[in-house]
Amino acid sequence: MSKDECKQVVLDIIAEIAPDEELSDVKPDVALREQLDLDSMDFLDIVMELRKKHGIEVPESEYGELVSLDSCAAYLTPKFNALV
Amino acid sequence: METYDVAIIGAGMSGIAAGIRSAHFGKKVCIFERHYAPGGLNSFYALDGRKYDVGLHAMTNFVKPGVKAAPLNRILRQLRIRREDLNLSEQKRSRIAFRGTDLKFSNDFGLLESEIDREFPDQVDGFRKLVEDVQGFDDSRIDYPYESARERVQARISNPLLEDMIFCPLMYYGSSTEEDMDFGQFVVMFKSIFLEGFARPFDGIRGIIKLLLKRYREVGGIRRMNTGIAKIEVVEGRAERLILDSGEEVKANIVLSSAGLPETDALCSEKWLGNSESEPGKLSFTETISTFGKSMKEFGWGEDAIVFFNGAKRFRYRSPESPVDLESGVICIPENFDYAEGEFSEGVVRVTCLANYRLWKSYPEDRYRNEKESWRPKIWEAAKSFMPETELAYPNECIAFDMFTPTTVERYSWRMRGAIYGSARKYRTGVTPISNLFLCGTDQGFLGIVGSMLSGIAMANAHALR
Repeated sequence: MSKDECKQVVLDIIAEIAPDEELSDVKPDVALREQLDLDSMDFLDIVMELRKKHGIEVPESEYGELVSLDSCAAYLTPKFNALV
Repeated sequence: METYDVAIIGAGMSGIAAGIRSAHFGKKVCIFERHYAPGGLNSFYALDGRKYDVGLHAMTNFVKPGVKAAPLNRILRQLRIRREDLNLSEQKRSRIAFRGTDLKFSNDFGLLESEIDREFPDQVDGFRKLVEDVQGFDDSRIDYPYESARERVQARISNPLLEDMIFCPLMYYGSSTEEDMDFGQFVVMFKSIFLEGFARPFDGIRGIIKLLLKRYREVGGIRRMNTGIAKIEVVEGRAERLILDSGEEVKANIVLSSAGLPETDALCSEKWLGNSESEPGKLSFTETISTFGKSMKEFGWGEDAIVFFNGAKRFRYRSPESPVDLESGVICIPENFDYAEGEFSEGVVRVTCLANYRLWKSYPEDRYRNEKESWRPKIWEAAKSFMPETELAYPNECIAFDMFTPTTVERYSWRMRGAIYGSARKYRTGVTPISNLFLCGTDQGFLGIVGSMLSGIAMANAHALR
């Protein structure tokens, strides 16, 4: 999986959690919370959906890695590529 | 023995919402409900071919789509429910009617502010400061210390009439304590009623429950109706087994109970609730539902969706000495919401008053029926004096009537004393001394339809999904 594909996975999850958000021009290097109306409950859901849909575990101490699309891609892409 | 990841006691708003969250994330979930109908304290029934709601006058917490951090928008996201599917229609307007003084309010907060400016010009600055206090209060913290709401409000509002008028709707729609409430609870109620607002689906609570159950089925949740939990078998501080009314036993890793605080304790084989906390809530109500052959508009009853009335010198919110307190109450006219579906062909008026549980409970069957008959016209007269004077003849024009009392609520919801807002003591974290038993719903502390759903969601997130 490429980093761009990984970003798309995250965007797809956000689209499902928050269907009322405009996602077409989310800046990858800016914190998601600064651009979108996401609260801690929504971030919990991103983590839960990653586990449910893709078998990816994000421990609570590492939630901070999901702050922007770029950081999501840097943190999650190796995890996706480690899945068999 | 059947084993579940999560067992939920009660198929009310909080139980179903908790079930949706848990099942969506792959838990094996079962909701156990003793009643044949879902909904809990917000249920429904049919009588002589007419459909009735229990509980719901209006849904509070109404905001437009996209309003940040609003409870309604948060629950829709968390439950993956589309807003249009709730099909909510906004109230036309509502009113707080005290002897000689009216304050109208609507989903536009500016109306209430201008009404206060008109009736209480020397209080409006204090009122604006109170609104700042409310908006500045961090109600996302679950454990805040008790503060008297009366004292906080009196610091801003010096006129006791205005103070009572502000408290009246907030208490009637969600206070489990007499005369005063926790300021945190005041903030939640103030936002949900005044800063947010009222809405209602055309077909009442049924549509909301149907929608929730559809979601619950889609995510694979299991529901067992007519299936009460008779006992929670506690072994070494853990809820080890649930024993159903039928005697069947099931196991669950996590138990979420929406049955209420003293009610849940009573189910446990080992009691954990202290004496001071085990007392059921004191506040219970009667409600009359009168149906008329034509809409209330045709009778000239105007546009009020909800009227909070009080005729006494001071508003008293406490269990009355008499079976029904006629001094104050709430009138709901469900046709006065802006429905896209059209208008009501029959008029419906619901009147809710404070009631004395102990007296209603003490009446033998015949007396109980007679008491209901004798209070019916008195309740109507009490409410009518706050409505426009018209030719409406009561009960002659009335084509259907029903009334429930605290004992009716107790019989169908198993809520002790029919205390719809639960006990005075809330367990806001949901945590009990039983390691895998958690509370959700009314006695967790979030009230109303949106609040109950939020409670189920928050407790499932905190305790069932971790």
